[in-house]
Amino acid sequence: MSWRSCFYFLRAAHKTLYTLQEQLGLLGRSGIRPSSTMAQTVTPILSVLPTRGLVDEKFKVALENLPPRFPVTLHSLHQSEDKDYWEAFGYYVSDDRGRVTVSEDASLGGTYKGVEPMGLLWSMHPVPGSRTGLRLRKMDVQSPMVVLISAYKGHAFEGFREQPPLASALTERWYMAPGVQRIDIREGGVIGTIFIPPGPGPFPGVLDMWGGGGGLVEYRSALLASHGFVSLALDYLSPKVAVADDQSLVYFEKAFNIIQQHPQVIKDRVGICGLCLGASVTLNVAAYSESVSPRCCVCISGSHVLPAAKSLSYVINDGYKHMDKLLVDEQNRMVWRHAILPITTNPDEKLDMGRIKCPLLLVNGDDDQSKATVESAEDIAKMMRAAGNEHLLTTLNYHDAGHLIEPPYTPHFRASNFIIQHLQQKVLVLWGGKTKPHADAQEDSWQKILSFLREHLYPCPSSSIPQAKL
Amino acid sequence: METNLWRLLLSVQPSRGLVDEKFSVRVQNAPPAHPLTMHALLHSEDGDTWEAFGHYVTDSGGDVNVSEDPSLGGTYDGVEPMGLLWSLRPAPGSRPGLRFRKRDAQTPMQVRLSVYQGHQSEGFMDRAVLASVMVERWYMAPGVRRVNITEGGVTGTLFLPPGPGPFPGLMDLWGGGGGLVEYRPALLASHGFASLALDYLKQADVKNEYFEDAYRVLQQHPQVCKNRIGLVGLSFGSSVALKMSVYSNVIQPRCIVCVSGSHIQHVGGTLADIFADIAKNQKKTRYNEENQVIWRDLLLPVPTDLSKKVDVGRLQCPLLLVVGEDDQNWPVPESADDMREMMEGAGNSHLLTVLSYPRAGHLIEPPYSPHCRAGTFMAAGSRKKFIALWGGEVAPHSRAQEDAWRKTLDFLRENLYCSAD
Repeated sequence: MSWRSCFYFLRAAHKTLYTLQEQLGLLGRSGIRPSSTMAQTVTPILSVLPTRGLVDEKFKVALENLPPRFPVTLHSLHQSEDKDYWEAFGYYVSDDRGRVTVSEDASLGGTYKGVEPMGLLWSMHPVPGSRTGLRLRKMDVQSPMVVLISAYKGHAFEGFREQPPLASALTERWYMAPGVQRIDIREGGVIGTIFIPPGPGPFPGVLDMWGGGGGLVEYRSALLASHGFVSLALDYLSPKVAVADDQSLVYFEKAFNIIQQHPQVIKDRVGICGLCLGASVTLNVAAYSESVSPRCCVCISGSHVLPAAKSLSYVINDGYKHMDKLLVDEQNRMVWRHAILPITTNPDEKLDMGRIKCPLLLVNGDDDQSKATVESAEDIAKMMRAAGNEHLLTTLNYHDAGHLIEPPYTPHFRASNFIIQHLQQKVLVLWGGKTKPHADAQEDSWQKILSFLREHLYPCPSSSIPQAKL
Repeated sequence: METNLWRLLLSVQPSRGLVDEKFSVRVQNAPPAHPLTMHALLHSEDGDTWEAFGHYVTDSGGDVNVSEDPSLGGTYDGVEPMGLLWSLRPAPGSRPGLRFRKRDAQTPMQVRLSVYQGHQSEGFMDRAVLASVMVERWYMAPGVRRVNITEGGVTGTLFLPPGPGPFPGLMDLWGGGGGLVEYRPALLASHGFASLALDYLKQADVKNEYFEDAYRVLQQHPQVCKNRIGLVGLSFGSSVALKMSVYSNVIQPRCIVCVSGSHIQHVGGTLADIFADIAKNQKKTRYNEENQVIWRDLLLPVPTDLSKKVDVGRLQCPLLLVVGEDDQNWPVPESADDMREMMEGAGNSHLLTVLSYPRAGHLIEPPYSPHCRAGTFMAAGSRKKFIALWGGEVAPHSRAQEDAWRKTLDFLRENLYCSAD
């Protein structure tokens, strides 16, 4: 990817942002002076530092030059790639010096409360009047998420578009650090995108897989590359790939090999990271592949309850067969967690976790309404204890977190639209989780995932034997 | 220990920063007590290569934290979080007299930060790098808008902060090299000031009214507070700022910042008259042993005649003077002393603040950019190139840039944002 095309993307992002400001009537046009009760006297100064950050970097939002003890609302606004608007806001009162410092002062209400430096991002939700069942996902990782942060007079919870703000600042949130390369992979039938960190390398590698929603989801891989891992985001469910009926693990082994064989990858330091169905695939490969051995695995919101010898499409269809266990709640949301409960005792219906040979990190939310991940993790521990390889296992359980545990500071959605691929049916799925605990889980788990990957994949000078536990 | 048995992790936060934002550079996962060289590489728009480096030793955990650990040598030493940027200098073999200036303010400087094995001082391009990352340094914050100005015969570029405004305004005046220099106004807009970069030396006979026209353009912009406008000048731009503020009825700034400026000039004429007057003293030009031009004597001695210097006793707004005590280009320290004396005599010295920096030179720019002790200079409208001695030593000059910029922003905020009408 050339720097030239990078700047085109950036200009396009700025254009979107300019349009955003225009639409919100934030720009004075010649002859029309924007009205403000502060008019020509004192204007507050709003700053966001850093102005351009990675998605997992914290920022500092501060407001100065307000009158003392002045009530303000800090508001964030983002327009998604699907053109929906997301917002968050917090109520503050300036101190005696007329300042508000979000990382130190408590929000008195709004979409988040208390001292929450990143609340303006993780507590975002669709603006009133939006379409239902929305989920915020960045599909183009080469451009940043652009967020408009504004300060309004008083404590408002609606009508942000009708009044002009006291001040605004724009911040960019990037999944890709400068110098990270993005390369399309179309090799031997494997479809994916590889992200390579800047520098000579060689680097450890990660095979990165998302869940049953399918498609090529790149943002976590881009972020992993920004932290020094060559990452391959793998598309394994779309019709183009036609792997779903493949009973073997060949497709995943090929993808793993593509990473290993890259000239900038350390061959014996490649791990696998998966979420939901991707986590199940991860466990399947780690336990049963005869040709690839991941150095470590991260399984987010996954389960080992799937028959090993069956194809992916069998596994998926099988899940939907247990209709009597699939609930629909009072808001017409699908609750799938009971499908695998109680956890089967039949060894043919689940992966043999005694076969795991590498360190394994499980990340789960105990309010997961889509999959019984906590119960699965307990059963995994039991199986590994019996097999004598429990020392390889680390489990992180987050109270009141839901299914979609993503990189930090991105919004939580308790339910969202989901397309059941093979039925081409759109449903509303309950993922679970309560916003604040879920946001905390995303922040904490991401740090621990990065530490885990660094510990096992970055050869370290003190020992050449990787440690099993965090 | 063989380097292929371990891989270190290099991280810089933020990886995309404003030019005046500090960053944090860390190395992890190296062996303990291990010598490493941190290196910075920058390619200018003209294709020149700039580099800086510092020698470090990892701690007992195998880490280096540039913000906390001392460099033991290189282009900077001691604990210098931003040393890898401000000590950048032309790579060996470069053309002489280089000065780093970003012409395109809308794109970032791209710096490659690398780690090398051991303590290296040269030959970086031929050595294997252990790790490297790219860092972007921006003059423009997201949402800052750049607007070409051509109305009323004025040529300039206006940078507007994001948001509804209205904003205080600044007219930004560069020095005798001329041209449209945009990076400082872009950065000032990133800090909330609607800033106009003015090209005022396109013609030799620029009239005083040109500056008044530009001031009016700024005042009349719908997103600018017309009563909250300041002037920022560097070098000859400072002379213009002082002249206009005292003698123009149209230009009534709320405050003025004069970096490396002097009030010594022919009063009562146009800029052409000022240049002609300076040219009369050509014979006072001196040269150092490297044949670099020292022009500071051309304005000396400080005149007592009021037709030869701006009567700063008549100033009615706060004035911030930024002085490099090793300025070899203009007699800035002497001018500052004389201005203070004049203002004390007139009773308006409470308006004056002087920031004086030992061993700093003439080109006091936004922080963390390379220092230029001597560089190619071509006066606007002339074809003759000189290597002008600007003065200053790298470390003290860089500290001066950092301190002066922070104080300049505080001064501008205090006078343009905070003060009551």
